[in-house]
This record gives sequence, structure tokens and C-alpha cells, in this order.
Amino acid sequence: MATVLFYLLGLVTVIATLLAITRRNPVHAVIYLVNSFFALALLFYLLGAPLVAAWEVIIYAGAIMVLFLFIIMMLELAPTPEADRMGPTWWQWLPVLLLALALVGCTLMLIGVDAGVAQGVPRWYATPRDFGFALFGKYALAVEVVSFQLLFAAVGAFYVGKPERKRRQKKEEGA
Amino acid sequence: MSLWRDIKGTLQPFWVTLCNMMRRPVTVQYPEQKQQMAQRYRGRLMLTRDPEGHERCVACHLCSAACPVDCISMQAAEGDDGRRHAAWFRINFTRCIFCGLCTEACPTLAIQVTGEFELAGRDPLKLVWEKDDLLVDHGGHTPDYNFYRQSGVGVAAPRGGLPTETAPVDPKDLMP
Amino acid sequence: MIDGLIMIVLILIKLGVIFAVIMTMAAYLVLAERKILARMQLRHGPNRVGPFGMMQPLADVIKLLTKEDFLPDRADKWLFLLAPGMAAVTAILTFAVVPFGPPLQVFGHELPLVVIDLNVGVLYFLGLSSLAVYGVALGGWASNSKYSLLGGIRGLAQLISYELSMGLALVPVVMLARSFSLTDIVLAQQAAPFILVNPLAFLIFLVSVVAESKRTPFDMPEAENELVGGFHTEYSGMRFGLFFVGEYINLVILSSMVTVFFLGGWLGPLLPGVIWFGVKVLALCFFFIWVRGSLPRLRYDQLMHFGWKILLPLALLNVLLTGAVLLWSRT
Ligand code: SF4
Ligand code: SF4
Repeated sequence: MATVLFYLLGLVTVIATLLAITRRNPVHAVIYLVNSFFALALLFYLLGAPLVAAWEVIIYAGAIMVLFLFIIMMLELAPTPEADRMGPTWWQWLPVLLLALALVGCTLMLIGVDAGVAQGVPRWYATPRDFGFALFGKYALAVEVVSFQLLFAAVGAFYVGKPERKRRQKKEEGA
Repeated sequence: MSLWRDIKGTLQPFWVTLCNMMRRPVTVQYPEQKQQMAQRYRGRLMLTRDPEGHERCVACHLCSAACPVDCISMQAAEGDDGRRHAAWFRINFTRCIFCGLCTEACPTLAIQVTGEFELAGRDPLKLVWEKDDLLVDHGGHTPDYNFYRQSGVGVAAPRGGLPTETAPVDPKDLMP
Repeated sequence: MIDGLIMIVLILIKLGVIFAVIMTMAAYLVLAERKILARMQLRHGPNRVGPFGMMQPLADVIKLLTKEDFLPDRADKWLFLLAPGMAAVTAILTFAVVPFGPPLQVFGHELPLVVIDLNVGVLYFLGLSSLAVYGVALGGWASNSKYSLLGGIRGLAQLISYELSMGLALVPVVMLARSFSLTDIVLAQQAAPFILVNPLAFLIFLVSVVAESKRTPFDMPEAENELVGGFHTEYSGMRFGLFFVGEYINLVILSSMVTVFFLGGWLGPLLPGVIWFGVKVLALCFFFIWVRGSLPRLRYDQLMHFGWKILLPLALLNVLLTGAVLLWSRT
């Protein structure tokens, strides 16, 4: 049961991601990506890590993708939805419907399967405490390195985002 | 202290609204309770009569000229005594904006406002009021006013009938 | 076998009752809001349909159901049709983890008064509340109208900003209760509700919650006098109704969350737990309505300024302080 679920969810994740990177319309792509994050979160839950599953939904689906959507809408990267003026043809709905159905079905089945107890998956259940110890104990160095990367990104964004005029002023002063 | 001011400004409204909640609402529950309209409220129009009971309107068209939405129309006519009156007089209340400019234009104080405002209906044609609907048998806001007595003009004899006058020109006649 | 059947029936009854109660509460909150706001403005509010206007929600529903379901030309159809559902469903789903009373004894079975007691209940709540913004944003984008788009963008920006301080305000609570489960959090407040233990976290959470529910003074996404209706400008009929009901369900949910996290949930002297819970939630709902009647809408930059430069540092500081105090008191 759990193995079937595992492969089913994996399939959903892969298909949703594929659809996400092939969409012309960025907003649609974001929706497929959110879908794939959900499948991923369910996978984590299946593997016995409810905390990571929750983070997946909160941080990736809930914050990062929201930020993506914000930028897309702000810069009007998405084409105005003029192309499909002919109405929602059934094949336009189909992938979303199938993926969503698969997700809901998997969730229902998950209720039946006690997470991480079935055969084929490790009999290990990560509590928030385990997770915290692993993150800040065993892998502390890796976490710090990654956070440095984030700092670089933030500094870079600051520099790029600085008003053009101020930057030029600085340059002139330097020259 | 701008922080103190901000905090005070944030908390004060709560007290005000709470006080208001304890007060009695000022709403007039309209269909059951009627409001007493002010003396000079500009509602529906009426055509008044002078103290003798004659129609005041002399069909001078000034009101219809003053009306910004052109909702007054009439046909002038002359009585046996040479006095003018309106043969028919029509106000289209679907167009009237109740501005009261017609009443200010009227030299005889014939057209006047009333306090009535309940004109709503389902049939717009019922809102086109004829002279019979508009005429009232009192003097409105000015019961004692009589235009002819003020202006002193009484046209008793037919025009051009006095010895000092020449006969009126017939505009339809080609002869000099 | 019989035991299992009774249990299933009990659970189904519980679900039905919870759903009915939330829907009725949402419907009557609309009425309560209109009435209370009216009284604050020296008016009567709706009082025509039924005694004291009590049937007004019913009339509203009939009106919304019979209105034309309008679909703008050039709208992105499937997103447009889907968005209101997203807004309402995420709101309803959140209630699954709210414990609203102590476990009940029925026919010798223990029936916990919560749909599921997830061990990551806090995260479940945070996750769903961050997903709720998709309904707003996608609805706003799919309408293909500039007002809706602006409303959607504002909704996105605002929810991201306040989501952060909301989550950070909950960290001290989790630290104090030493659990992510909402039932455990309530039980940890036996001695004193967390509003007394950590009033700063309560204040931060309260402000973020008002922002999260998109109500005055943080109703930028639907600011009526600049954006017509914001993200729901193009919606009509029951689709608009879903947005509307979603907002009020959200109000109930967020009030229950404040109750659970800071006001001690169902705990209280004398009265049974469920009643205490109801009283606290209703008081908070009244507070939200009161805020709406009292405060003007913030400007967009003020809102961002407040969220990022005041609320967030305060919340971080609070986490630090609480951690320090906890460590110090343990050693
Ligand atoms: S009140 Fe104004 S609009 Fe109405 S008839 Fe008189 S002039 Fe015309
Ligand atoms: S109502 Fe007054 S202004 Fe209008 S035609 Fe009659 S006399 Fe003239």
C-alpha cells in the first residue's frame, strides 16, 4: 500500500513539475509547481517526517511561490489571458483535475496507512525534536554555509536594487 | 511625544465608538415614521391660485426656460378678458431634479414647491403630471399675493380697442 | 464491530455539527457586523427581514444564489472559476485542528472535541493560512481587470509580510507549551493563559491576525474607495458569496486560534468548556468588528512599514527574550 502510494506521489510530482516547466503562462506554471510541492509534502509525510512536510507546504507552497506569484503579477510577466478566449476547453482543465484528484486520493489513502509503519519504508518517525537536533547539531555546518549563501544573495539584491542615480553618484565620487 | 500621540490616537476611537453604541440611533424608520419636512424643502411642484381663486399662472414660459432639464411644457391661451392662462401645463417628474429654479423664475409665484417627495412608482408615465394634477386651491407659501393687483395691470377691453390705440397687426396678413 | 460503528457515527455527527455551527456563525457574523457597525454609527442596521432582521442572512443567500454568475470576457476562465473555492475551502479546513472542548464521554467512548489532534497543529494552521492567499491572488489575476490585479498584488504582499510576524509570535507559545499540538497548548495554560504570560506575543499575534483576515485597518486588498472591490471586483453571485463567506469563516477560525493560543481555549471556571470557548470566540469576533468600526484604513506604505520595521523586529526580540527567560528559569 505504502509503496504504491510512494510511486503514485512520485509520479504526480514529476508530471506536475514537467507541466510547470513547459507552461507558457507563468501563473499556470506556478500553480503546477504548487501542486508538485503538495505531492512532495505528502511524500515526506509518508516517509515519516510530518514536520518537513509542514515546512514544505508553509515555506515553499505558502511563501516562496507566493513571492513568485507576486513578482510575476507585479511585473506583468504573464500574458493577458487573451489566448484562451474560446472558453475553457476540456483538455485545459484535464491535467489540473487529474493531478488534484490524484492528490486528494493519496491523502485519503494516507489516512488509512499509518505513516511510516508499513513495510518498504523506514520505521523511523521524525519528531520536531529529532528534526531540530539533526538540523542544528549534526548538520550545523551545512546549515551555516547555506545561510551564508543567503546572505550573499541578500547583499547582491541590495546592490542591484539600489536606485540607479545613487549608484552613479558613488561611481563619480570614486573616479 | 509622537509615540504617545500615536497610541492615544489609536485608542481614542475605540472609546468613541463604544460610547456611540450606547446611544440611541438617529435613524427615522421611514415607512412607519414620517419625517416632518422643512418649510423650504424642495419637493414636488404645484400650481397655486391667487386669493380670489383664479389660476396664477399666466403661461409666460419663464419657468420652462429656467428649467435646466427642460421638463416643463405648456401651451398659452387667452381668456375672454384678455388675460393669459395655460391651456395645458405639463411637468415631467421623471426628469425633474427638484432644483426649484422654476419657482424662482415665476413672476406670479404660481409655481411653488411642496414638501412632498414620495413620487416613486412603477409606471414612468404616471409621473407626467398634467395641469389638473398640479393645481391646488390655495395660495401655497404666499396666500395673499395677487400678481395683477401688484402690477396694476388689468386688461379688460380687447387689445387695440381704446381710442388712443391702433388696431393690432395681423401677422398672417401680407397687406401693409 | 458495533463499537467501531458507533464511533464512526459519532465522528460523522461531530463533523456535521461543527460544519453547521461554523456556517451559521459565519452567516450571523455578517448580520452581527452590520448591526454593530450600524449602532456605532447611530443607525439601526438591517431590521426588516424577520424580527430584528434575524432572517437577513437567509435573504442574502437567496439573493446571491439567484444572481447572474458573471464571467468577464478575456478572463482566465479556469482560474477565475476556481479561486473563490480555494478561498473558502482553506478557511474551512483550518478548523480541523481547533480543539473546542475537553474530551466528551459518550456511550463509554471518549470523543475528543476536535476533528483531528495533529501533532503539528500549529504548522497546519500556518500552512493553510498561507495557502489562503492563493484564492485572493489568483482570483485577482484571473479577472484580467486592473483593480482586481492591484487588489491581488496587495493581498500577496500584505499576507507574506504579516504571515511572518504571525508565525514568530507563535514561537514563544510553542516554546512555553513545548508542543505543536493545539490540545497540548490549551492544556499548558492551566495555570495562566498565555496572554498574561507573554502579552507582547499576544499583541503581535492579534495585529497580524487582523491583517491576515484582510479587514480594516488592513483591508488594502479590497480598499473600496480606490480599487472598487479589490480582488473580487469582477465576481458576482455565489462566487462572490464564497469569497465573502470565506472571509467570515476566516474570522471565526482566527478568533478560535487566538483563543486557543492565548486565552486558554476551553479552560475556565464553573461553565462547561464548550461554552467558555464559544464566549471567548464571540468576544474576539466582537473585538474584530469593533476595530473595523473604529480605525481608518492604513496607507499601503504605512502597512508595509509597520509590518517589516516594527512588528517583525518586535516578534524576533520577543522570541529571543522568551527563550532567554525559559533557559534562565530552568537552570
Ligand atoms: S424644480 Fe428644477 S427641474 Fe424641476 S421643473 Fe423646476 S426648474 Fe425644472
Ligand atoms: S408657472 Fe409662472 S413662470 Fe411658469 S408659465 Fe406660469 S407664470 Fe410663467
